[in-house]
Amino acid sequence: MNPHLRACMALVLRDVRSAARRPGDVATPLFFFVVVSALFPLAIGPELNTLRLIGPGIVWVGALLSSILAMHRLFGADVADGSLEQLALSPTPLGLLVAAKVLAHWLLTGAPLVLVAPLIAVQFDLSFDSMMVLLLALVLGTPVLSLIGAVGAALTLGLRGAELLLCLLVLPLYIPVLVFGAGAVQAHLGGLGAQAHVSVLLAMLSVAVFLCPWAASAALRIAME
Amino acid sequence: MLSVQQLACERGRKRLFSDLNFQVRPGVCLHVQGANGAGKTSLLRIVCGLAEALQGEIHWRGQDTRLDPGAWRAELVYLGHTPGLKDELSAAENLHFQSQIDGWKLSQEQIDGALQRVGLGRQQQIPLRHFSQGQKRRAALARLIARPAPLWVLDEPLAALDQAAQQLVAQLLAGHLQAGGMALITSHQPLGVPCLDLRLGA
Repeated sequence: MNPHLRACMALVLRDVRSAARRPGDVATPLFFFVVVSALFPLAIGPELNTLRLIGPGIVWVGALLSSILAMHRLFGADVADGSLEQLALSPTPLGLLVAAKVLAHWLLTGAPLVLVAPLIAVQFDLSFDSMMVLLLALVLGTPVLSLIGAVGAALTLGLRGAELLLCLLVLPLYIPVLVFGAGAVQAHLGGLGAQAHVSVLLAMLSVAVFLCPWAASAALRIAME
Repeated sequence: MLSVQQLACERGRKRLFSDLNFQVRPGVCLHVQGANGAGKTSLLRIVCGLAEALQGEIHWRGQDTRLDPGAWRAELVYLGHTPGLKDELSAAENLHFQSQIDGWKLSQEQIDGALQRVGLGRQQQIPLRHFSQGQKRRAALARLIARPAPLWVLDEPLAALDQAAQQLVAQLLAGHLQAGGMALITSHQPLGVPCLDLRLGA
C-alpha cells in the first residue's frame, strides 16, 4: 500500500481510538444536538403542519451549532502534546494528514449526528421520504461543515478567545450549507424535488475536499512557527 | 552531511542569531549550548523545517532542504520539548502509530525490542496518562531505536530523565554516531559522548 495512504489511515485509526477511550468528548456535541433539536417540538406544541415546516431547518441549525462546538478540539489536543509537530515532520504532505484528521473528526461528530437524525425527524412528523432527503443532505453537508471548520480551527489555533473568533470566521461560510441543506427537504415537500439542492451540496463537498485541507495545513504551518 | 549557511533568526523583533554557519559530518554530534532564550530551540526547529529562518540556507547532502521538504523530513527524527505522544494510547500503540506516520513498518518484535530497551517492556500496554514525565520521555526515546534516520535533532533529550535513562541516551547516541549518523542536540547537561560545541548568544 502507498505509504501516504497508510499514514492517513493510521491517523484516522489513532484519532478514533483515542476518542473511544475518552467518550465524553464525542458525546458532548451529540448530546447538544439532540437536546437542541428535541426541545423545539416541546416548546412549539403539537401543531403538525408547523413542525413539518420548521423541522428540517431546526435539525440543520442543531447540526451546525454542534459542529462548531466540536471544532476547536480538532487540533487543540495535538498542539498541546506535540503530536502536531510530528505530523508536520512526516514525509506525508500535511494536507493529506489534515484531510485524514477531518475524516476522523467527521466520523466522531458528524456520522453519529446523521445516525441520530431520523429519531429527531420523527419528532417533527417528517414522512419517510423527507427523512431520507434530510439524511442525504446531512451526509453530504456535515462533512463540508467539518472541512470549513478545520480551516477556521487552524487559523485560530493558539489565539486568545479562539472559540469566539472561530464562530465569527466560520459561521458566514456555513450559511450556504445551511440554506441548501435545509432547502433540500423544503423543496422535496414542496414537490419540486431535492435534486438541485443535493447537487449543489455535492458540489460544495467536492470543492471543500480539495481546498480546505490545503488551506488548513498552510494555516497550521504558520501557527506552529 | 548537514551544512548550515549564514542562518539568521528573529523572534519578536529580537535578533537571536545571525550569520550562523556550521557543518555536521557523519559520525559527529553537535551540542548546541546557550542561555535560556538564546535561540537553541528556534535553531533546531528551523533546521527541521518547522519554522522559517529570517535568512540563510540549510543544505543536506549538498541540496537545499527547501527543494524537497518531504524527502528531507524522511531523513531526520525530531524530539521536541513535548514528546508528541497521545495520552490515551499505550507506548506500543504510540510507537506503532509514529512509525506509520514516518513511513516505516514496524513488526511487533521491533516494537517490543525498542520498548524493552528504554525500560518500558512491562508497561507497554498501559495508556500513557498513567505514566510519569520521565516515563513519557522514555517512550519518546523508543522512536530513536525503532526508526533508523541519519540525522537526530533532539531538544533537551535529558530533561526529566533519571541517571539510568541518561546513560541510555548516551549509549544510543554513541551507537548512532558509530554507525555514521549525525546529531544536533541542545542540552544543559553533558551528553556523555564526544561532541563539537556550538555556543549561541556568545
